[in-house]
This record gives sequence, C-alpha cells and structure tokens, in this order.
Amino acid sequence: MSAILAGEPAPVPIVRSPGYWVTVLRRFSRDPFAVIAALVVLGLIAMAVFAPWLAPQDPLQGMSLRRLRPPGSEGYPLGTDELGRDMLSRLIYGARISLFMGIVPVFAALVVGATIGIVAGYVGGWTNTVLMRTMDVFFAFPSVLLAVALAGALGPGILNSMLALTLVFVPPIARVAESVTTGVRTRDYVEAAKASGAGAFIIIRKQVLGNVLGPIFVYAMSLIAVCMILASGLSFLGLGVKPPMPDWGLMLNTLRTAIYTQPLLCALPGLMIFITSISFNLMTDGLRSAMDIKA
Amino acid sequence: MFTYAAKRILMTLPIMIGVSLVCFLLVHLAPGDPLISVLPPDASQSIKDQLMVLYGFDRPYYEQFLRWLVRAVQGDLGTSIRTGRPVAGEIFKAVGNTLMIATLATFIGFVLGTFFGFVAGYFRGTWLDKGASAAAVFGVSVPHYWLGMILVIVFSVHLGWLPPTGAGPGGSEDWRWNWVHIQHLILPAVTMSVIPMGIIARTVRALVAEILSQEFIAGLRAKGLPEFGVFRHVVKNVAPTSLAVMGIQLGYLLGGSILIETVFSWPGTGLLLNDAIFQRDLPLLQGTILVLAMFFVALNLAVDVFQSALDPRIQRA
Repeated sequence: MSAILAGEPAPVPIVRSPGYWVTVLRRFSRDPFAVIAALVVLGLIAMAVFAPWLAPQDPLQGMSLRRLRPPGSEGYPLGTDELGRDMLSRLIYGARISLFMGIVPVFAALVVGATIGIVAGYVGGWTNTVLMRTMDVFFAFPSVLLAVALAGALGPGILNSMLALTLVFVPPIARVAESVTTGVRTRDYVEAAKASGAGAFIIIRKQVLGNVLGPIFVYAMSLIAVCMILASGLSFLGLGVKPPMPDWGLMLNTLRTAIYTQPLLCALPGLMIFITSISFNLMTDGLRSAMDIKA
Repeated sequence: MFTYAAKRILMTLPIMIGVSLVCFLLVHLAPGDPLISVLPPDASQSIKDQLMVLYGFDRPYYEQFLRWLVRAVQGDLGTSIRTGRPVAGEIFKAVGNTLMIATLATFIGFVLGTFFGFVAGYFRGTWLDKGASAAAVFGVSVPHYWLGMILVIVFSVHLGWLPPTGAGPGGSEDWRWNWVHIQHLILPAVTMSVIPMGIIARTVRALVAEILSQEFIAGLRAKGLPEFGVFRHVVKNVAPTSLAVMGIQLGYLLGGSILIETVFSWPGTGLLLNDAIFQRDLPLLQGTILVLAMFFVALNLAVDVFQSALDPRIQRA
C-alpha cells in the first residue's frame, strides 16, 4: 500500500484520438467499391473541368457527310451523332452540363431544405406544424411527376428545370433535417446551453448544426444520383437542356431515331448517366456506413 | 383500428386541398397566354375575349380555383383545349393503361426485390450478398428510360421477339387480353420494374439483417425451432414495411410513368402529360397532374391504414 503511494504516479499513456473525419476517411477507404466509385466521380468531375483540353474535336461542329458513323471509325473513336458531330467530344463536354444539373439543384435544395427543417425542428410548435405540413403537400407528389409538371409549367430550359429539381428535393431534405433536429433539441447539452443563457441563433449554430449537418449532408448526397437521372430525364423529354448543347439526356433523345441503324451509338450517352449515378450511389453508401448513419 | 383510419383520413383532407391548390397554381405559373395553342397569331381581340370567357380565364384566380375544384369533385375536369373532348374521359382511358404496366411492374419488382433482399440479408457479407446487393444498386442507379432503349435494341431490333412501341398491333389503343397485346406489355413493365426491385431489395435487406440480429431470433433458435420456423418469423416481421414500400412504389410508378411511356409510346397518363405540356393544353395538364397526385395521396393513405392493420404497434407511435 505504502509502496504504491510513495512511488511517482505512473504516467498515463497519451493516446490522441485521430479525430472524427480521419476515422470516417479511414473506414471509407476500407470499402473498395466506395473508393473506386469515389475515384470515378473525381474522374468525371476532372473530365468536365478539363473538357476543352480532353476533347479531340469541337462538340458543336457537325458535318453532314459523316453522319452516324459507328464507334471505332477512323478519327472518331466513338463514332459520330445524327448531325455528324464527334461523339467522344460530345460525351466529354456533356459531363459539364449533366453533372452541373445533377449536383447544383441538390445543393440548392440542401441549403433551403436544411434551413426549413432545422428551424421547424428547433422551434417546434406552430412553426413546425405550418412548415412541415406545407412540405407534406409537396411530398404528396411523386418526384418525377412534380419535376415534369414544374418544368413543363415553367417552360423548357436549363434554369427552369434546375429550379424545378430544387423544388422537388427541398421537402425530403427538410423532412430529414426536421427529424434529426427534433432528436437533438432535447439533449442535455442543448439544455445546458439554454440554461447558460445562449440565444436560439447561437445554440443552433454551435450545438445543433454540428450534430445534424452530417446526416443531412449524407442524405443529400444520396439524392445526387436521383437528381442526375431526373435531370437527364427532363432533357430526354425535351424539357431541360436545349440543342445543340451537349447533354447526355438530350443526346439520348436526339439519337433515338438511330436506334435501328446505330444501336450501340445511341446507348452511349445513357451509359454515361448510368456510370455517374451508380458511382454516386456507391460512394454515398460507403460514406453512410463510414459515418455510421442508419437509413 | 377504425379510429386510427378515421384520423388518418381526416389528416389527408388538408393535404388533398393543398395538392389541388398546387396543381392549379402550377399551371397558372406558366408564362404566356393560356389560349396560345389554339388561337392563330392574328386572331382578333374579340375572339380572344370570347374564348377567355368561355374557358373562364377572365375571372379572378380564387374564383377560377374554386370553380375548378367544385367541378373536379363532381368528376368534371373541363374540356381539352386541343381536342375539345372532356379531360376526364381522356384521363380515364389513359389511367387504365398506365395502371396496367405500373401494377405489373410493381409486382415483378416486389417478387425480385424481396428475393434479392432476403438472400442478401440472410447471407450478409458473403458473395451472395454482394451479388444481390449489386442487383439492388443497379435497380436504383440505372436511368430506366435508357434501360428501356437497351431492351428495345436487344429484344426488338436484334432478336425481333417483342414489339418496340405501342400498346397493340398497328398502334391500336384498344386493349385486349390476347398474346398480341400482352407482347406489347412486357418490355415497358420489365423496364419499369427495376426501380421498385432496387428499392424493395435494399429495404428488405436492411430489415432482414436487423431482425436476424435481434434477441428473439436467438431465443427461437435456442429453443430448437427449425430454421424454416425462424424464417417464418422473419417474414412476418418484414412483411408490413416491405408491403408498405411496395404500395408507395406503385404510386411513384403511376406518377412517374412519363419517361417509360415516352420511350415505348405507351398510351397512358405519361404520354397524355407529355402531349399536354408540349401543346400547352392547360385543362388537360391540370387534370392529369391532379388525378395522378390524388392517386398517390390515396395510395399513401391506404398503405398507412393497411400497415397499421398488419402491425398494430404503428398506431401507438
């Protein structure tokens, strides 16, 4: 007894916690599918950014003499489209507008939806009822129908269809944000902040945001794949991007007439949409399990 | 049970009113003259005014909305500007066609999705799980309108087994239950089924995995229940949620059929919606969106009530 008391206290070994994001990244990197998907996404983004340097030809310059060449033709590795434009260049340039329309509406909806949801969840009461019941009304539309109806009513165009897509994704994000915030609101640390006299704005910024943004962000990420498919779908219907702009959805539409003569050619733009959406999905799945978020 | 159902129905009424208001506003959001599609550009002002009065476009918005709502409740959705025929009749014809592919697609999707989901959930972490989960990810990631084109390329262009478009030979819209007509049904329904397949497979996989990890399963096994008996318990616990997801998916497919119907020229509500948008036929557009949204609301209601009947725990929540 006395021997123990007499000795110097043994130094406590210091183990530094690696931090939340390092842990998440480490867990994420253990999922090979998620890592490959993330690399594909990065590659697609790089393709969009560096399109002018990567594309061998002008995506808008067509020539009627070389229409609908099959993939593998000389000088046109992926063939030419119905107006004789180089498919490879159009697919590369198509990444720009297609990714833009798949990602931007989700982020816009994230800002609006998270604000609505966090305010509704934190304030509660009548504010919650009014905000969330309004969201319910928009939730009562199937997403494709709402997107098509809005884009159709506003008229074709990139801006209008992005607006339509944003409106489609606000209610689901708000709903998730509201339910996470409601869960956090009654926690002890929020009560403690309240007791120490912090105002609502400060509590939301310091106590609530840090604990709810993760799940909301991951949920929003999972919507990017849906948004890609919907945005391309709108262009496919003729409600989104207008010709001659290279967009995968629109290319799928204009090449439909070639389905009997050059089936391989008209399958290419859809393949790009598919690769993008599946990569975003796998990446989000990996992120979700790395951050240990359920549902 | 009945009080819960009554409560749920009462809660749905304000949603329905909200939905019809959104449908109404949506269409009036549209820029430009509502009669632009029927009038020649050089039409005289007096003809314009006459038509505005005829369609009621001259009245204040709230009055237009109330008139439209009251008539809609009575089953009158106005007349199509383009064809001059009653909108309700046009929609009624189209809804049947869409219901046909959507129901079949939901059924196929449910069968495949629960199968993949159970396989993945039961053999978690094995290669069987990876394969089944891959099918599920494929289902939720594939742009279905593109898949439809691929299927047309394979089964119509290359193999020549199935017709690529339409609902009957020679573009006939008169549906009959014979092989010639059913052939037209296969590709659109199979294409559509990948969406519910993916979503149901993912839901079922998560549910099965969660239920298998619960203590009562270990208890059942410990008391010596054969594996098939354990399986029955899992099925009973998975059923309410997966059936609910199935019901909601049917609603999504009904409302979201426009892309598939455009690919296959299937004469349903989606094609009608497409026509209404591009011909700027406002009464038809308004009516179609309203009917599809109401279908969705009603289906959600039915699913909720049905789910609470299957699983009484839900009512308490």
